Amino acid sequence: MSQYTFKDFKSDQEVRWCPGCGDYSVLAALQRILPKVCEEKGIEKEKVVVVSGIGCSSRLPYYMNTYGFHSIHGRATAIATGVKVANPELCVWQASGDGDALAIGGNHFIHAIRRNVDINIMLFNNRIYGMTKGQYSPTSKFGAITKTSPYGTVENPFEPGSLVLGAKGTFFARSLDVDLALNEEIMLAASRHEGTSVMEFLTNCVIFNNGAHAEISSREHRADHTIVLRAGEKMIFGAERNRGIMLDGWKLRTVTIGEDGVGEDDILVHDPHSDNIGLQMMLAEMKGPEFPVALGVIRDVASPTYDKCVCEQCGSVTAKASIRSVDELLTSGSVWEVK
Amino acid sequence: MQHKVIDADDVVIKFAGDSGDGMQLTGALFANMSAVYGNGLATFPDYPAEIRAPKGTVSGVSGFQVHIGSHPVCTPGDYCDMLVAMNPAALKANAKCLKRTALVLVNEDAFDDAGLEKAGFTRNPFEELHIDDRTIISAPITKLTEESLKDSGLDTVSVHKCRNMFTLGMACFIYGRPLEYIYGYLEKKFGRKHPEMLAPNKKVVTDGFNYAAAIQAVPNTYMVAPAELEKGLYRSITGNQAIAWGLIAAAEKAGLPLFCGSYPITPATTILEELAIYKNLNVKTMQTEDEIAGICTAIGASFAGSLAVTTTSGPGLSLKSEALGLAVMTELPLVVVDVQRAGPCTGMPTKTEQADLDEALYGRNGESPLPVMAAHSPAHCFEAAFMAAKIALEHMTPVILLSEGFLGNGSEPWKIPSMKDCPDIKPRFAAEREGAFSPFERDADTLAREWAVPGRKGFEHRVGGLEKTHCGVLSNDPVNHELMVSERAEKVARLAACIPALKVDGPSHGRLLVVGWGGTYGHIATAVASVREKGADVSSAHFDFINPLPENTEEVLSGFGRILVCELNGGQFADYLRSRHPGHEYIRYNKIQGQTFLAAELGDAIEKAL
Repeated sequence: MSQYTFKDFKSDQEVRWCPGCGDYSVLAALQRILPKVCEEKGIEKEKVVVVSGIGCSSRLPYYMNTYGFHSIHGRATAIATGVKVANPELCVWQASGDGDALAIGGNHFIHAIRRNVDINIMLFNNRIYGMTKGQYSPTSKFGAITKTSPYGTVENPFEPGSLVLGAKGTFFARSLDVDLALNEEIMLAASRHEGTSVMEFLTNCVIFNNGAHAEISSREHRADHTIVLRAGEKMIFGAERNRGIMLDGWKLRTVTIGEDGVGEDDILVHDPHSDNIGLQMMLAEMKGPEFPVALGVIRDVASPTYDKCVCEQCGSVTAKASIRSVDELLTSGSVWEVK
Repeated sequence: MQHKVIDADDVVIKFAGDSGDGMQLTGALFANMSAVYGNGLATFPDYPAEIRAPKGTVSGVSGFQVHIGSHPVCTPGDYCDMLVAMNPAALKANAKCLKRTALVLVNEDAFDDAGLEKAGFTRNPFEELHIDDRTIISAPITKLTEESLKDSGLDTVSVHKCRNMFTLGMACFIYGRPLEYIYGYLEKKFGRKHPEMLAPNKKVVTDGFNYAAAIQAVPNTYMVAPAELEKGLYRSITGNQAIAWGLIAAAEKAGLPLFCGSYPITPATTILEELAIYKNLNVKTMQTEDEIAGICTAIGASFAGSLAVTTTSGPGLSLKSEALGLAVMTELPLVVVDVQRAGPCTGMPTKTEQADLDEALYGRNGESPLPVMAAHSPAHCFEAAFMAAKIALEHMTPVILLSEGFLGNGSEPWKIPSMKDCPDIKPRFAAEREGAFSPFERDADTLAREWAVPGRKGFEHRVGGLEKTHCGVLSNDPVNHELMVSERAEKVARLAACIPALKVDGPSHGRLLVVGWGGTYGHIATAVASVREKGADVSSAHFDFINPLPENTEEVLSGFGRILVCELNGGQFADYLRSRHPGHEYIRYNKIQGQTFLAAELGDAIEKAL
C-alpha cells in the first residue's frame, strides 16, 4: 500500500476552471494515480514535479501539492527537460494545451520526443484557445468557425498522434476527459514507460468549443465511435462488441464479426510494444465515420532515455578522466612559471 | 649573412591569408610560444563569417594579430610591425594597419596575375596601396614548401597545407625564437595519431627558419625580452575559455552541479564547446533545439538545484527575453552570458561591438531589472563569470554577463588562481522551519528569497510567471503587485553594497575622467597612460558592474570637470550613466565599425576633450 492517498496531492488552492471543463477529470486522475506511482517507483512525493506552460490546462500545477512550475507559453517541455536532465531522480509531469504544446511550443515538443527525455506530457486537446477566449488552435478542424476564423479556418489541423509517431516517439496514448478510469490507466502506463510519454486527453471546452469531441464522447456514440486498444487484446469495439479492425492489404478496415465471412481470428491484436510504427500510425490516425477513434496506449516501446544517456556519459568520462578538480584543470596543459 | 639584432619593447605581428591558409593556427602558435617565453601578450583573431569565402578574395581574408612586449601589454596593438600576407587579398585587407617602419612578408607565388585580379589589383599592389616604402620580403613560399617536402611522400594538397609552417619558421627567425616550442607542439599533435606528418612539418618549419637566416631580404632581427610579470604559474587563455572555466569554478565552489543549455551562435559557441568537454567536473551541457530552449532548460535545471547557465550572442539574447522575465519573476539563479557581436539582427557575426547594453538592461516586458556585469579582458572573463554565478546564487536572480567577440576570441597570459583564494559561494538554500515554506519571503538585508529544491520534504511549492504574494499564492491585488515589483527592483539595487567600489586609475580629482566598460579596458588604459605621460590631467575609471553601478560612482564622477565616455556603440552607457548620475558634463567617443578602438584614436579623443 502506498503511504499516500489522492488527498496528499491536492493543494489548498481553489480550482478555477469553468464548471464542466474537461480538465477536472485529468487533474483528478493525476491526483489519484500519483500515490501508486510513488509506490511503484519507491519515491517520496517531494520527488514529483509538475511543469506547465500557459493556457487553461497549464494552471494545473497550482492545484497539485507537489513542486510545481507554471512557466511561459510553449516552453513547458524545455523547462521540464531541464528539470529532468539536471536531476533524473525527479518524476516529472507536464501539463500543456494544444496551443502550448503544438503551436508556440511545437519545436520543443518534437525535440523532447526525438531525444526521449523521461518526462510525462499530458496534452489537453480541446481544439480551441480557451484562455484567450475562443480562437482556433493548431488542432481545430478545417473550417472551424472561431473568433479569429469567422468564415472558417482554411488550414489543416495537426493530429498529435501523427506528430509524436512522426518524431519517432516511444509512447503515445489517448483518452477522453469523461473516461476517468481510462485516464488513470494511460497515466500509469505513461509513468511506467521510460522516455517521453505523450498522453493526449480529448477535453471539452464548455464555453468556447462545447462538444469539441461530442461525436465520440457522448454516451450514445462512445462505444461505436471509439476503440480502446490494449496490449494483447483483439481490436474489437461497438456497443455489441461485434465490430473489429482488420488489415486489408496496406490499409486498415472496419469489419463486423460474423459478416462477409469475417471471424474473430481475422481481427488484429494490438501490440503497442512492437516497433511497427506504420501500423501504430494508422491506428493513431483512425477517425470517423469510417473508423472508431483509437483510445488507450497506442505505442509503448523501449529506447534509451536522454537523461540516462547524459548521466552515463558523465560517469564514463569521469571514470577515465585524470582531471578531478578545478585546480587540476587550471594547471593542466601548457603552463609556465614566472620566477 | 649577419643580421643586426635590434632590441624592441614591443612588436605587433599580423598573420593574414585565405581562410584555408592556417593563419589562425600560425598566429596562435606564435602567441603561445611568446607567452611561454615570458612576453607580455595580447592576441586578436579576425576572421570572416564564411567558413571558406571565395578563395583569394578580400572578403575571405582571415587574420590573427599578436602583440608581444617586454612589459605587460593590454591590447592587440593598433598598427603592425610585421604583416605576413599569404596572398594579395590579405595584403589589401591589412595595408591600412601597417606602421611606416613595417616589415611585409608576402608569398610571392600567390602574387600571380590571377591572384592579383581576384584581390582587385590592376597594377603593382605595393604601389597601389602606397606601401612600397615599407620593407617588403617577397618569398616564393609555395615553391619553397614544395621543394622542402618533395621527398616527403605527401600529396600536393598536404604539401600546400604546410606553407603556414614555412612562414612560421621565417617569423621565428626574424623574432629570434628557437623552434623547440614548435617541435614540441608538432610532436604532441602528430606524434601518436599521424606520425607520418611529424617529420615533414618539422622539416618545413626548420627550412623556413633557415631560409630567412640565409636571405639578404631580412635586414634585421628583433628581440623582445621577457616582461616583468608577477611571480606565479601562468597560462594563455581566451575569453570564452575563461568564462567556461569561471563557471565550472563557481559550481565547484558552491558545491553544485553546473548545467548549461545553449544553442550554437558566433562568437559565443566555444563556451558551450569548452563546457561540453568537462563532464568529469560535474558539468552537464545540452545543445538545445533553439535559443529559447537553451534558457528554458537552464531555468528548469536551476529550479531543480543546479548552477544554471545559458550562453549566447545578441540575436540569441533577443530570443531569450521572455524567459529572462520568467527568471526575474521566479527569482531563480541563472547566468546568461552574451558575447556581443555587431548588430542589429544578424549584423556582422564575427565582428566585435558593445551594442547589446540597452538590451541587457531593458530588453524585457514589465518592470524586470536584473544585474548586468561586463568582462574587461580575456583573462578577466574568469573572474567575471565566477562573480556572475556568485551573485546569481547568493541573491537569487538571473544575471547577464556581457562579453564581446573581441574578448571571447582574444587571448592573454593569465596568472592561474588557486581555488582556495577564490571567494566562497553560499547558495541561499531554504533554512529548516516549522510550518509552510513561503517561497517569496525575503532576507532582511539582501531581499533575496530562499531556494527550495525539488526532492526536499515539506518544501513543496509552486513558482511561475504570474504575480504572487510572498506565500507564493497567485495574486492580482494592485498593492501586492506594486510591493513585489519594488522588492524585486530593490533586491537588485542593494547589490551595490556587495560589489567592489569603482577604482580610479590616476588622481581622483582632475580635469578629465575617461570612462569605459567591458572590452575597451586595455585600449583606454593604454591611451590614458600615454596622454598622461605627456603631462595631461586625466584619469580613467572602468565599470565591471553596470546594474547596479558601484556605490561610489557619484563620488568618483564628482571629482572631475568632464567625463569622456568611450564605447563601441552609439552611446548607450553614456546615456545610462547620465540618467543615473545627472549633473555632470558628459562627452562621448563612439565607434561602431565592428572593430576595437585604436589606442591612438582614443589618445586623440582624450586630448581633444581636455
